[in-house]
This record gives sequence, C-alpha cells and structure tokens, in this order.
Amino acid sequence: MAKQLITFTINGKLTESYVDPRESLLDLMRVDLKLTSVKHGCDVGECGACTVMIDGETFDSCIYLAIWADGKTIITTEGLTSLEGEMSDIQQSFVTEGATQCGICTPGFLISSLPIIESDKDFTREEIKKQVSGNFCRCTGYQNIINAIEKTHDKRKAEGLNHK
Amino acid sequence: MYDIKNIYQPKSVGEALKMKNEHPEALLLAGGSDILIQIRDGKLAGSDLISIHSLEELRGISLEDDGTILIKPLTSFSHVTQNPLIQKFIPALGDAVDQIGGPQIRNIGTIGGNICNGVTSADSASTLKAYDAILEISSVDGIRVLPYADFSKGPGKVDLKPNEILTGIRILKDSYENTYGKYIKYSIRRAMDIATLGCSVNVRLSDDKKTIERLRIGYGVAGPTPMRVPTAESLATGKLISEQLIIDVATATLIDVNPRTSWRATKEFRMQLVKELCKRALKAAINQAGGTI
Repeated sequence: MAKQLITFTINGKLTESYVDPRESLLDLMRVDLKLTSVKHGCDVGECGACTVMIDGETFDSCIYLAIWADGKTIITTEGLTSLEGEMSDIQQSFVTEGATQCGICTPGFLISSLPIIESDKDFTREEIKKQVSGNFCRCTGYQNIINAIEKTHDKRKAEGLNHK
Repeated sequence: MYDIKNIYQPKSVGEALKMKNEHPEALLLAGGSDILIQIRDGKLAGSDLISIHSLEELRGISLEDDGTILIKPLTSFSHVTQNPLIQKFIPALGDAVDQIGGPQIRNIGTIGGNICNGVTSADSASTLKAYDAILEISSVDGIRVLPYADFSKGPGKVDLKPNEILTGIRILKDSYENTYGKYIKYSIRRAMDIATLGCSVNVRLSDDKKTIERLRIGYGVAGPTPMRVPTAESLATGKLISEQLIIDVATATLIDVNPRTSWRATKEFRMQLVKELCKRALKAAINQAGGTI
C-alpha cells in the first residue's frame, strides 16, 4: 500500500515519517524509529507493554494505526531520561523499590504512571491500581510497582514538582 | 502490519458518508479496539476499512437548546466519564464506561463503536437503553432518527444499513432530569474483563421522595442483546418505596430476561445476578434520589 507522510512530535522532537496505512504505531516506534522501549507484547491491547503517551493520554500502540499519529505529540520511555541518559525520578524509584525484574513490562508501566506522577491530585492506592490496570506484570507482582509510583508522586508533590 | 485490503481516510463526515455509500462492504474503524483485534485474529483479515478515527466533528458532548444531551459517537469512554455534562446529569453512564477494559482501552474505545458492535455485554448499552437514548443515523440519503430500543437486532446485529453511519446519540431532558441512576457490572476480574452481567437502573421519585414515579432498568448479558425489563418497570410505577417493593421488582425482572450459559457463567448464576444486581442498583438509585431505603 502506498506510504503516507505523517508529522508528529516524538519525545520533544518534531519528526516526519512515511508510514504504511496498515502499520501500527508500535511498528513505527520500534522498527522505523528504533524506540525499543516500546515493547511488543500481546499485540491485542491487553498487556500494556507497548503503552505510549499521545497528547497526554495513554494508549496501547499495538492497536493504534501509525497514520492516526499525524499531528500528535507522543512520549515513550526514551523521552523520560535526560539528554545525558540519566534516569528520571520514576525510573529510579522503580529500581529502588524493586519494581522491575525481567523488565519487559517496565516501560509500559512507566508511561502509565505519568498521569499520576504529573498530577498534583492525591491518589489512593486503589486509584493507582486502576490507572495501571491495563498493564500486566508477571514477575514482581504489583505491590512494588504501586509503591514506586506512589512514592514518586508523593515526593514530587512535596517538592511542588507536579505541573498539572 | 495489519492485514487490511484497503483503508479509506475521509476528511469530513460528508466524505465518509460518500465513501460508505461507494464501499458498503467496508467496515467503519472508530477506535479499533474490536476491529483491529479481529483483524489480528484473522476473523476480519483482508477487510476494507473506512477510518473515521480522525473526524473531530464526531467527537464531544454538548447541550442542545432544549436541554437534550448530544453525545457524538467517536467520544472515547474516558472523555464520556470526564465530561462535566455527563458527571452532572448522567453520572451512571460515566461510571459504566469507566469499567470497560483498562485506561488505554478507555482512551481509544468509543461509545458509538460500543453500541454499533451490537454485543450484549457492551458496558454503555444497558445505561443508554435505560435512559431511552435516541440515535441519529446518517447516509447520503439523509438522516433518520431511531430509538436505541429499536436498534438491536440480535447478537452482533444492529439496524444500520450498509451505507449508514451513526452520527449522534441523544438523551432527552425529560429522560435525565430529576432522575438518578446506578450501573453495576459483575465481572470475574475488576479490570480488563467483559461483564458477566451488567445492570443499569434509574429512578425518578415523587416530590416527597416516598413514591417511585418512573423506574427504568437496562441489562447487558441478560439476553442476546442489551435489554429493558418492562414488566418490572411498570410494576414499580406509582408505588411507595419499601423493602417488599424492591424484592417484588427484582423478582419481576426475571420474567423478561433470557440469559444463556457460557464459559463465564451458567444461566442460573446469571438469573441470580439479574435479581441481586437489580436490588442493589435500585436501592443505590433511590438513595441518590433522596429516598430512604
């Protein structure tokens, strides 16, 4: 099928790509742009390993057509680290809390945590669980992941860093 | 790469209607959380698609001059839940669609797609039925208006002609005014699961809050399509609120439903849920309306 030119912002960088209209955003991220933090998991929108942030909302990129990304602003886990490659607070918190083991679910969980850690609203643990309920982890269990998100949120809030 | 034969990308609703008329066999792709998965699965592999995903004119919720709430069909579930009009006037609908899948699915899935799929378990369906939603269906030949009650034609089948597109879902002022509702979903998991049974109840009480003026009860998975239970609803009209009335209404719901046995649950368990969820949702709705039970 003839490729189409789309323009989008990825991790702060304005980008143009020729995409096949049958291509998923997951393939655009991993294959075309080599953003391999976006993991190829179930391919049917159940596991959340391929989660990306699009215009401030989280989506499973495996069931999102690349052509739909035209004009959008996308964030992947690559966009969380500093230019020097230093980990962000939420990534460090996942390490400190033992919230990562095999690692395949981790980038998806990090992106799914953004609506919480970027908000100055208070969240109960149940609300945090709900926000990450579209992400599966088969190693660590969920307690450490929820601890990591909760601690990062609370720390940012104490320091006045949540910007929403 | 998805196994898609052709994908048409209209830039406006007018263009989409023309394309649907020229390619009646093409499937409308709204959020894609059902269709893209069925393409992966092979069931819809090789399909022609018309992607209406980017038609912003089909998104959003507004209040019309006469107080009618218009929900555009491409509004995502999360936007339905977050919408101030829905929160104020029909919170039961916002709660219902907040129980679909997980956050990522609620950000991509659309309320129009949910009801056009025609499946009985659609979480928005029982509440839209219980609020007598009215559908606006468009084609190149014009617009027709259809009560949602008449839309379901069987499992996975709805009253949409091959050249038609759902362009609006309306809830009239009389349907939501002074009306309080509650949706309860019973599912095996609390997230990423399909309803074993869904029950949406709404009531309008008398001024003294002692009598039920109007009761409407919608169900999902209590039969082959989302449904209402007219026998139980009419039994409650004009009756004084009491524990006995709740039991009578809940018992009467069983007359109109026809659940089946599936791997999720037996017919007998679903019948139990039909009755029990009605009791709980009805009590919650009465309490919200200012009644005491």
